[in-house]
Amino acid sequence: MPKVIDNMQIGPMVWKMRVEVPHLVEKAKAGQFVILRVNEEGERVPMSIAGLDRENGLLTIIYQVVGKTSGLMTTIEDGGEIADCVGPLGVASHVEKWGTTVVVGGGIGIAPVFPIAQAYKEAGNKVISIIGARNEELLFYRDEHKSVADEFYPCTDDGSFGHHGFVSDVLKKLMDDGVKIGMVMAIGPVPMMRVVANLTKEYNVSTWVSLNPLMIDGTGMCGGCRVTIGGETKFACVDGPDFDGHQVDFDLLSARLSAYREQEQAAMKKMLDDPNCRLHESVQNFKYPEPRKA
Amino acid sequence: MAEKLPAKERMKITRQEMSNQDPDERKNNFDEVPFGFTEETALIEAQRCLECPKAPCIKGCPVEVDIPGFIRLVLEKDFAGAARKIKETNALPAVCGRVCPQEEQCEMVCVLSKKFKPVAVGHLERFVADYERENNLTELPEIAPPTGRKVAVVGSGPAGLTVAGDLVKLGHKVTIFEALHKPGGVLVYGIPEFRLPKKIVQAECDFLAQMGVEFKNSTVVGKLDTIDELLEMGYDSVFIGTGAGLPNFMGLEGENLIGIYSANEYLTRSNLMRAFDGDSYDTPIIHGKNVAVLGGGNTAMDAVRTAIRLGAENAYIVYRRSEFEMPARKEEIHHAMEEGVQFHLLTNPIKFIGDENSKVKQMECIKMELGEPDDSGRRRPVPIADSNFILDIDLVVVAIGNSSNPLIPATTPGLECNRWGNIIADEKTMLTSRKGVFAGGDIVTGGATVILAAGAGKVAARAMHAYMMGKSVEETATT
Repeated sequence: MPKVIDNMQIGPMVWKMRVEVPHLVEKAKAGQFVILRVNEEGERVPMSIAGLDRENGLLTIIYQVVGKTSGLMTTIEDGGEIADCVGPLGVASHVEKWGTTVVVGGGIGIAPVFPIAQAYKEAGNKVISIIGARNEELLFYRDEHKSVADEFYPCTDDGSFGHHGFVSDVLKKLMDDGVKIGMVMAIGPVPMMRVVANLTKEYNVSTWVSLNPLMIDGTGMCGGCRVTIGGETKFACVDGPDFDGHQVDFDLLSARLSAYREQEQAAMKKMLDDPNCRLHESVQNFKYPEPRKA
Repeated sequence: MAEKLPAKERMKITRQEMSNQDPDERKNNFDEVPFGFTEETALIEAQRCLECPKAPCIKGCPVEVDIPGFIRLVLEKDFAGAARKIKETNALPAVCGRVCPQEEQCEMVCVLSKKFKPVAVGHLERFVADYERENNLTELPEIAPPTGRKVAVVGSGPAGLTVAGDLVKLGHKVTIFEALHKPGGVLVYGIPEFRLPKKIVQAECDFLAQMGVEFKNSTVVGKLDTIDELLEMGYDSVFIGTGAGLPNFMGLEGENLIGIYSANEYLTRSNLMRAFDGDSYDTPIIHGKNVAVLGGGNTAMDAVRTAIRLGAENAYIVYRRSEFEMPARKEEIHHAMEEGVQFHLLTNPIKFIGDENSKVKQMECIKMELGEPDDSGRRRPVPIADSNFILDIDLVVVAIGNSSNPLIPATTPGLECNRWGNIIADEKTMLTSRKGVFAGGDIVTGGATVILAAGAGKVAARAMHAYMMGKSVEETATT
């Protein structure tokens, strides 16, 4: 069973876990994902790759507590184990030298867009990093992005740090200022990716988005992760997760992500109501947030 | 030894059947439907075998099990010996006794079937395999001295398990790579508990492990390591048994609405992830009240009967041809009918209609009639004009087959595939276009049966052994 080196809280409801999976780490590339199970009874949950420490064989994932499984993940202690971790899955992000590139990370998407920023940089691109969250506390991975970006624009909804507003405001301003952008890579909540894709379409700037639909096996077998791209059905696990943002049916993606919302909420409630609940104290007062307006 | 009756007397005995869980009861549980033979019924049934010298049943079996031979041992009350007799040619008797379509194979050609009912070969096979396992009489077969050769088996379904079992016995070091977290392939993710209890599959895998087979679960070949990398890592030979991969959809309007599953997804959630036991397991599944399963094969029957057990009030099979053309086993159709499944035959869906939350709520269908035979020899269904109607449903399961998974072909240069993406393998050796790389099962044939996959595994194992021992692969083809 894969060993969890450390598992720490890095923001409200946001955690960082490092798992020792040397072979997987050796083979994985930016933009790919893994599927893990916390325990024998657990779901198979897809997780974006947020960092690869090849020297020590460590995979970094950043997760937000959104339900029972992510809640349970917070209970794993440093040096503990998870049931399994399979990968790397999906097609690695397409990387070439475009000139100036922009990586946009929103919320939990700030994490997986970072290794892609690194890959863009290594390919000789200029990298502009725009990351956004509700508030300063949730704006993690600032140092990481700063370390690789030629230009760095942090944003918060409440203005507690950086630009007061959305990532799309900054991107729009760059384009209005005439910055010639070869490629945009956007990862974040569906509404954010939709806004970014709609914006860049107006300006005719190519844009990748990384999609995170529900899935089970991650190898094309179940078809649960199907997404509509330019009117055609694709499987995000084997055809993606990266797709041309201008072709994605975001309404459908958003709807399909909500397929089990009631069951998920019931499972979370059951766990929180259990007097023996082992969840971390900061997760015990978990509440489902109001949908974020883009 | 039980007294063998004269042939005339034997023919007077009526075929013994297994008793089944009552339909009204089993609709509410996932326990196995048939209870299996008792010693008594097995002995009566074994009397019925005429031990014909020509034994057409052996030829009727894709892996040529010595059927009269094992039935003779049943009669001698050497039930474990009978199981071992089967295992000489079929590594998975407890599985095949349950899921093989015997009525189209060994039992169809049974001499008795001309005048009477055929010998219940499948029920007997199941009985002896269960007897051996439940009484801990399983004996490790003799393992040949180590050959020093290493084999990689990709996929742990019936083909891969068979290859692994045969080659480990011959002294090779065998490693099975499985993408999912549990071995067994379709036996675990696809076939439901009520038709094949998972503890049986686990026992088969444990048995292989005891013989020395190494299982590497959660390992996706083609993503983690490619076939070429496995060869570079020192595997002398590779077997690809990755099964039928990607589920087919029909490309109809509304097909990606919430509440429309592929059969693979629906069954995997219930079987592998055990969503049917929602109190203990975390994976959710939609409990439909009005469920339509599209298709007429065994997978469709598995899905619709799962829906019944998950609380469906109305569970429909929607199939575009008539009952006669349904590819599912008669027994499965019969079980489904007993459990209250409703059949919309000669009916084809044309679009799906969703509610304001993108959840499927209705399916528009059209009535069909049968026209001239098509390429498959079955009469082609043709739509009847203006026969459209609406079916109210909240869950749809698409069970119209699979196409091949491109993961391995796409990452293995020089591995030839046909136009459907199935790997091309020589049917006498299962050798592919790549040296030392063999393939078998659904990845070669497209969706077929457990026993055909196991049969392909047998053929491949023989050729792989020859290849690794420096003999001509072709020479072994006929031996």
